[in-house]
Amino acid sequence: MYVAVKGGEKAIDNAHAWLAEERRGDPAVPELSVAQIREQLALSVNRVMAEGSLYDPDLAALAIKQARGDLIEAIFLIRAYRTTLPRFGGSNPVDTDAMACDRRVSATFKDAPGGQVLGPTFDYTHRLLDFKLAADGEVPEGVEAEASQAPTPHIMEFLDREDLIQNEVQGDDTPPDLTRTPLELPADRALRLQSLTRGDEGFILGMAYSTQRGYARNHAFVAELRIGTVDVEMDIPELGFAIDIGEITLTECETVNQFKGSKTEPPQFTRGYGLVFGMTERKAISMALVDRALRWKELGEDNVGAPAQDEEFVLYHADNIQATGFLEHIKLPHYVDFQAELELIRKLRREAQDLQEAAE
Amino acid sequence: MNVMVDPNAARKAWMGLLAKAPADDLAQLWTASGLAPDHSLLRAPEIGGVMVRGRAGAVGAPFNLGEMTVTRCSVKLSDGTVGHAYVQGRDKEKARVAALVDGLMQTGSADAIDAQILAPLRKAAATKKTTRSAKAAATKVDFFTMVRGED
Repeated sequence: MYVAVKGGEKAIDNAHAWLAEERRGDPAVPELSVAQIREQLALSVNRVMAEGSLYDPDLAALAIKQARGDLIEAIFLIRAYRTTLPRFGGSNPVDTDAMACDRRVSATFKDAPGGQVLGPTFDYTHRLLDFKLAADGEVPEGVEAEASQAPTPHIMEFLDREDLIQNEVQGDDTPPDLTRTPLELPADRALRLQSLTRGDEGFILGMAYSTQRGYARNHAFVAELRIGTVDVEMDIPELGFAIDIGEITLTECETVNQFKGSKTEPPQFTRGYGLVFGMTERKAISMALVDRALRWKELGEDNVGAPAQDEEFVLYHADNIQATGFLEHIKLPHYVDFQAELELIRKLRREAQDLQEAAE
Repeated sequence: MNVMVDPNAARKAWMGLLAKAPADDLAQLWTASGLAPDHSLLRAPEIGGVMVRGRAGAVGAPFNLGEMTVTRCSVKLSDGTVGHAYVQGRDKEKARVAALVDGLMQTGSADAIDAQILAPLRKAAATKKTTRSAKAAATKVDFFTMVRGED
């Protein structure tokens, strides 16, 4: 028989106290500051900002410290904080054409205006552990060359001039917002992009990889990948004009995909698009591939039944906070539910036994 | 020639500069200036979020990318001038000082404020930008064609 109980407050308090102690680790080792995390674990900070859907490096660093480096827990903290903020408004769309690029590469055009700029990349490193980092903190100075004043135009513009790339449709100035209205299907591209940019990096990567391996293959080339800073501008009602309210680092990936044409469209290239907070290049490329796969309907392509084409599957499972919330709740007390299951199994066994005895 | 001049261009520039300035830099310059104008708060510093938007395919329909933290503040100087600020981050003092600077920039002391506060911020921002750009330029690939051997 089930008896209602309460309790556990003391155990919970003590668990939290121990958590704080474990978080600190060995007191003989110096404590990490939030600024150290922000500066030296910048790519973790970027991931927490992107998936927490809030650009604030100091907060993301604090969340990482509090979460003992568990990035999904840190994202959870950021999402929870985000809901407490009054919304001042929405920015004008950021102008990525005017990005001050740290990095800009194209896999399709060698001699793109603005050039191939590698930036601070892991590419071309040998992936050998660097034991010098364990020994001393000395770093070589970054080399400087003459700063370029020339604009860095989007490479897609060159295909656009020849009309070889599908035009982007225009849309409402105020796009739908899944943080305000629950996600409903079918989702338009604006909602899909919002969902993908805050989606779990591992999930989006896996989905993107599946398209490369043949599940809704769409032959993506990275036309351009750029990382750098853009200004964020917003209309201020009390002023009557727009001002820059800040500057953020973004990663943008544009893919160009083969398209043989359909009943309604001529043969041309199509686009996949990724735009993510921070230096988050794996995520931005993944996002572009998944974005392109989800566009099968509007491009008049066949649905081959691939997971990456299934908007319900992708969008409803991309969010790691929703996923972890539902997944982890099953470890919390389910005593009553389980008691019912137990009763049921006992009853079924009794009935089966009775039947067997009657047959004998 | 008919040149369209944005009458708000100067104010947009200084407000944008203040929004993006590191809070510590602005605080230091403000303290060093010794300014402490009489003022009342029309809107006390308030922390909030702004939804940042992008465009599908960089040129298409807008979509919501995610939020950023912003702090805003409005002040009224003793002569009635109103100063506003929307600054990046969660530093309330930065927002208050930025609103005061915005107010003072609309008064006769604009030139002095520009020299003491804004010019150093402009210089620091330009230096930072040029340094990153120079480091990026050093990682630009120079392609060269290998001489092919005769078959």
